[in-house]
Amino acid sequence: MVWHPTTSEKRDRRVRRHRLVVALVAATFGVLMLLTDRSRAQEVPTSSPPPAGPTATAPGTTVANGTAVVGTLTTPSGPVAGARIEVSADGKVVGEARSEADGSFRVPVPTGGRYQVHLDTATLPAGVQVSSTGRDTLDNVLVFTGRPQRVNFDLVAGGADGAAPAPVSEGPGVVDRFADLVLSGARYGLVIALCAVGLTLIYATTGLVNFAHGELVTFGALAAWLLSSSAWFSLPLAVAAIGAFVLAAAFGALQDTVLWEPLRRYRPGNISALVVSIGLALFLRNIYLVVFDSNPRAFAQYATQDAITFGPFRLQPKDLVSMAVCLAGLAATAALLRWTKLGTAVRAVSDEPDLARSSGIDVRRVFLTVWALGAGLAGLGGVMLALTQGVQWNMGLRLLLVVFAAVVVGGFGSPAGAMLGGLLIGIVSEVSTYWVTPDVKDVFALSALILVLLVRPQGILGVRERVG
Amino acid sequence: MNVGAVLVEGTRAALGVPAAAYALAAIGLNVQFGFTGLLNFGQVGFLLVGAYGTAITASHGLPLPLAFLCGIGAAVVLGLILGLPTLRLRADFLAIVTIAVAEILRHLARAQAFEGLTGGSTGIQAFATSFFTTANKIPKGRYGIGDLSFDERQLWITLVGWALVALCALLVRRLVRAPWGRVVKAVRADQDAPRSLGKNVFAYKIQALVLGGAIGALGGIVLAVDAQDTNPDYWVSDFTFYAFASLIIGGLATTVGPVIGAMVFWFLIQTVDSILRQLVTAGPLGSVLGPTDIGPLRFALVGLALMLLMIFRPQGILGDPDDVRAIDQ
Repeated sequence: MVWHPTTSEKRDRRVRRHRLVVALVAATFGVLMLLTDRSRAQEVPTSSPPPAGPTATAPGTTVANGTAVVGTLTTPSGPVAGARIEVSADGKVVGEARSEADGSFRVPVPTGGRYQVHLDTATLPAGVQVSSTGRDTLDNVLVFTGRPQRVNFDLVAGGADGAAPAPVSEGPGVVDRFADLVLSGARYGLVIALCAVGLTLIYATTGLVNFAHGELVTFGALAAWLLSSSAWFSLPLAVAAIGAFVLAAAFGALQDTVLWEPLRRYRPGNISALVVSIGLALFLRNIYLVVFDSNPRAFAQYATQDAITFGPFRLQPKDLVSMAVCLAGLAATAALLRWTKLGTAVRAVSDEPDLARSSGIDVRRVFLTVWALGAGLAGLGGVMLALTQGVQWNMGLRLLLVVFAAVVVGGFGSPAGAMLGGLLIGIVSEVSTYWVTPDVKDVFALSALILVLLVRPQGILGVRERVG
Repeated sequence: MNVGAVLVEGTRAALGVPAAAYALAAIGLNVQFGFTGLLNFGQVGFLLVGAYGTAITASHGLPLPLAFLCGIGAAVVLGLILGLPTLRLRADFLAIVTIAVAEILRHLARAQAFEGLTGGSTGIQAFATSFFTTANKIPKGRYGIGDLSFDERQLWITLVGWALVALCALLVRRLVRAPWGRVVKAVRADQDAPRSLGKNVFAYKIQALVLGGAIGALGGIVLAVDAQDTNPDYWVSDFTFYAFASLIIGGLATTVGPVIGAMVFWFLIQTVDSILRQLVTAGPLGSVLGPTDIGPLRFALVGLALMLLMIFRPQGILGDPDDVRAIDQ
């Protein structure tokens, strides 16, 4: 039996809801004010790129960027292929590449500045090593904006027994490399899944394909950065992550209250709502860019950690925590949908909105809850993504299409499908870097999306009639 | 505040090559979305293949007119490849697939793996020099009044760009007034009605997608020829969204709507930019905002304007609310 509120309960709820809305508005504006001050107060002392490159004809386009760390790995007996080079700034990895068959590598970096370049000796072929310990890392490599900077690693042939180096054309440890990629794919995929569940729930209940979902991801990461690593707050990151979840949920509820709910009444059409979400995404994204600048920021805590090894897997403790958090979030959502009264209401609304409404379910309340939950999960996903990538104004935009891919692959409107799709997309895109350079790994994720739409348009777990 | 200078700069932007390219992109979107109801969020992908199709063939020695045809041909091929499998999907799915394809194309265009063909992250430069030397019959000099004047190079590419806009607008006008236009409008409102009259709905959708894409490709060619550059970072998804904003400003499903819309879009972008710049450098906003904030701020305003337009006046300046309702049942 569904809960029927009495009139006085309704009035109480309305009062409570008004208070909630006022509190949310106040909180959001407070945060925005803090952010504005913040961006003035602390300019990051990295060298800002000059307005070089060809004049941008189209608005919103970025300047061509030849900024990169390049080099060639060779030993006296020939080039070294498949070795991994990692470039980091302030302890945060900004790019990595594997050396080509001719030993050359190229790691694009976002702007000029000082970087640390690290050669992963575990990926060197058997019998090849750096000339002495500690030579695998070059601290303080100065890169100028728009120009490739060449670096050299001193490599020698000869392992412990002084044997001749093995054939160098093939990288070592195929199993290890694969294990690494699958693991980082799973970590990435769980983040995608966490963000995708909200998107798919919002679609399933309200019918909106929310192109502004990526901005919720960015919002969460920015909120966590603000709470943990800014001039005003230095909470532990774990607390800040919870705060980010709550703030993002509040932001989602606010969006639904002031924008989407009135829009559903005033102009009920999925296409115009979709275009409105595009406008909202443009607005929020550029506001983030004004308030913060375009520099990526790292959390104060856990920026660098020593990797630990489990059999063929090698990972940092924070990766493990990120995976655990994502899994917990997904499990909690699944449990909520499966076993609570609210979850039943959500599923009822997404199956048959009119029937749900006529059987007494407060559809409005379901929409609000789904928005808050979906936004909170996206915000938490943003925090987990920022653990490895850093916080940046456009991180949500970059993730959005991959999240769409996950949602479509799993079956649009199916939460379980979104989880499965996220995991699949994450692993596919990471493992693809075994064969291709990382700059095209998103191509694989998006190709999977198109492939699934062609073969099984309703997705893996979707229901046939969802697709027209 | 120097109002005169602001207006001149705005007018200049409204008449410029980027405005013409946006007008072409928006005319294409209008054929697809405004008249046929196909939500193509990957219009920039058509501009990209137009630009790269032209630049790659021209830099391999093909005469420019043929290279232009190759660019348009590439867009036609993309439209067919994209349309054949996906046009059976619903509008919002089509949006996701098309934006995904546009992103795939951009990633491929800048990938190291194809650097030999596409120029990787720097693109292809100086492929259309003969367009400005031998093909340009305009004598050397400056044309126009005061600050609102162009040299012979700018005038030539601007004239060509707007001539293409006029041609495409006239073509679309003729088509939508012909039986073809009545069928696609019927498809937009309800697929089953024209199908029950024996029309091949799928074929009409493909034709609209390909035609709109080819018109968009002209915009990409104009942009790339003007810059003499196919920088892969031009062709980001936001481009499509700005073209959408232009279309909605002018009016969906009207002939001149996308043209007016693109001009208004660029006029507003430039005037807002000039005003903000004056306020930041000499005025009261200098303590809150820096010069680098101006660019993002004006696009935040574009986003806000797109939202408000879509909510309160989805028919734009010239459109008919019935057309919007037909797209959005």
